[in-house]
Amino acid sequence: MRSLRPRKRSMPQHDPAPSRVAYRLNRLWLTPHFRRFLRFGLPVLCVLTAFAVFVSDQERVDGLVDRMVELRRSVEERPEFMVNLMAIDGASADLAVDIREVVPVDLPRSSFDLDLEAMRQQVESLDAVRSAKLSVKSGGVLQVDVTERVPAVVWRSPDGLELLDAEGHRVAALDSRKSRPDLMLIAGEGADHAVAEALALAHAAAPVHDRMIGLIRVAEHRWDIVLDRGQRIMLPERSPRVALDRVMALNGVQDLLARDLVRVDFRNPKRPILRLGADALAALEAESTNEDKRNSN
Amino acid sequence: MTDLYQSQRAMRNKRSAAMQRGVIAVLDVGSWKIACFVLRFDGPSDFAESDGIGSMAGQSRFRVIGAATTRSRGVRFGEIDAMHETERAIRTAVQAAQKMANVRVDHVIVCFSGARPRSYGLAGRVELHDGTVSDNCVARVLSSCDVPDYGPDREILHAQPVNFAVDHRSGLSDPREQAGNSLSVDMHMLSVDRTPIENLLYCIKRCDLELAGLASSAYASGIASLVEDEQELGAACIDLGGGSTGLSIFIKKHMIYADTVRMGGDHVTSDISQGLQVPMSTAERIKTFYGGVQATGMDDREMIDLSSDTGDWEHDRRSVSRSEVIGVMRPRLEETLEEVRALLDAAGFDHLPSQRIVLTGGGSQLPGLDGLATKILGQQVRLGRPLRVQGLPQSVTGPSFASAVGTCLFAAHPQDEWWDFDVPVDSYPARSLKRAVRWFKDNW
Repeated sequence: MRSLRPRKRSMPQHDPAPSRVAYRLNRLWLTPHFRRFLRFGLPVLCVLTAFAVFVSDQERVDGLVDRMVELRRSVEERPEFMVNLMAIDGASADLAVDIREVVPVDLPRSSFDLDLEAMRQQVESLDAVRSAKLSVKSGGVLQVDVTERVPAVVWRSPDGLELLDAEGHRVAALDSRKSRPDLMLIAGEGADHAVAEALALAHAAAPVHDRMIGLIRVAEHRWDIVLDRGQRIMLPERSPRVALDRVMALNGVQDLLARDLVRVDFRNPKRPILRLGADALAALEAESTNEDKRNSN
Repeated sequence: MTDLYQSQRAMRNKRSAAMQRGVIAVLDVGSWKIACFVLRFDGPSDFAESDGIGSMAGQSRFRVIGAATTRSRGVRFGEIDAMHETERAIRTAVQAAQKMANVRVDHVIVCFSGARPRSYGLAGRVELHDGTVSDNCVARVLSSCDVPDYGPDREILHAQPVNFAVDHRSGLSDPREQAGNSLSVDMHMLSVDRTPIENLLYCIKRCDLELAGLASSAYASGIASLVEDEQELGAACIDLGGGSTGLSIFIKKHMIYADTVRMGGDHVTSDISQGLQVPMSTAERIKTFYGGVQATGMDDREMIDLSSDTGDWEHDRRSVSRSEVIGVMRPRLEETLEEVRALLDAAGFDHLPSQRIVLTGGGSQLPGLDGLATKILGQQVRLGRPLRVQGLPQSVTGPSFASAVGTCLFAAHPQDEWWDFDVPVDSYPARSLKRAVRWFKDNW
């Protein structure tokens, strides 16, 4: 029996059953493979497709690359990152000029473009530079801290006069010996490889320092100390310092070097040889003939 | 019977596929409601099956991960009456259960109450050639049963070996490796009408599901609501459903008889509707709220308003006493129970050692029904609720879900049926190569 009044329920009574399509879609949605595909496979596929479509057009790729480069440039060339001047500390004026020449950057330049390591190596390739430290400081300053090589000896090399430091490294060329009279002179081929030894020997020969002209490297294996008056102290190859100390001791006790000697030959330390000067030799010979005469008489 | 064997075999294969996948759905197609449970199998069972040959079909622990119920539409007497309505109801239930379980199910085990089940007791006997019973002998004796003529348009739903006997030693549950000269078997076979099954298959197919098993709801509610000793000693389970009342008799943990009475709670409702001139929905409401079977003096004074919307004041302001409602309901319930009594008598229930009767199903929730049943069926009547299974929501643990829960148990621990045993070797002579290999194995 149908009621005359409308139903109190405002909602129309709808079928709770899912339609066949809805049911199938629901089951599809509950399928684990499908879920995994939707969650992972589909996004990846979409991204890959978009990427492939993008890459397929060379013009678009070029445009993107250009835009990226431009963006990079615009960031790099901001005034905050620009390097405007180079400050060199610890170098003499000449060396500073050299460094400015050798570092091939034309400032102002972005600090991103500066290869500090390469520049450091370039600066260190200068003979006069022992070590260099480069850094970009705030305010757009490229700070170059240089430690110079200190010349220790003058080397009369086959190519001319050169200044060497204590390690034997070339510092600079020298025009004349007179411009650096304070430094010791060494000569001979291969002398630059034994500068440390030469310095030690010069130190040991301090008592005759004012007489010393220089050291000569003989045959690239031993030293001769050249004194004025044409005297030479020939030192052995092995432990020359000991031999020199003996010479100095003899000199201290008997004023060996003050006498008329031409050579003090310590090449064989067990058998030192003295070569006398011509006068001394003549005097000796005269004395010996006198002795002979006295004996014969 | 070979095609039946093959189709049941195919369903068993689908069930094992579902067990491998780990998820299976259980569908109870009833006349009042359609319930769908989604089961997740947890692995092999630690549930020791002591009786029978053991599970040929494989067992598993399970838990219910999805449960849904919907009002049944298009089902009458447990049979499908309107296909599309039923299909939609099944879809609703399955989708809701899937949603709760959050998993897709493809295989379904269905139980239904209609289709006029009929029980047959079969007996078979074979001589043993080598003096001991082997697996092959069991298969041979099962296929040697003389199958009665159960009708042209009927199908076999269950065929379970109930009892084995070697020579004169009967009551064996597992005859394998026993010594003797002959092996005989008693088998219980349940046949149902073919048309309702075909309709059901059509609905299941339309829902994109695959059928992994079929069970009679009388059998399912029996295994769910009879406790172990009742199943062992003998008991009858009466499933008072909406459109039909199922009856199953168990002894020695096997069903030996099942039948249905095509009367149920819906008929009580329609009696109230007719008797009190109220719509069916009101009648259903009156039945569930005020229903009973035994009128008392108190019930005379308890008046029930029959409000309706006809516009006729006299008609809209009627009221009845609860005694009148009981007076309408009781004859129908008595009639139903008497029909059940007749079936029990026909099955020879009074010859069983135990006369226990368990009432279950939605109709058993009617207050006082156990008292009425005691008068009609015998003294040992109790109200049964289904077994508690793991993961079942509280709302679906009532007696109305006995057959659904029973189908869960059937899905997880099926008893051996005839099709679980291999076809005896003799029946395919074409495989002579296999026999030759067997001969070599036996002789060398």
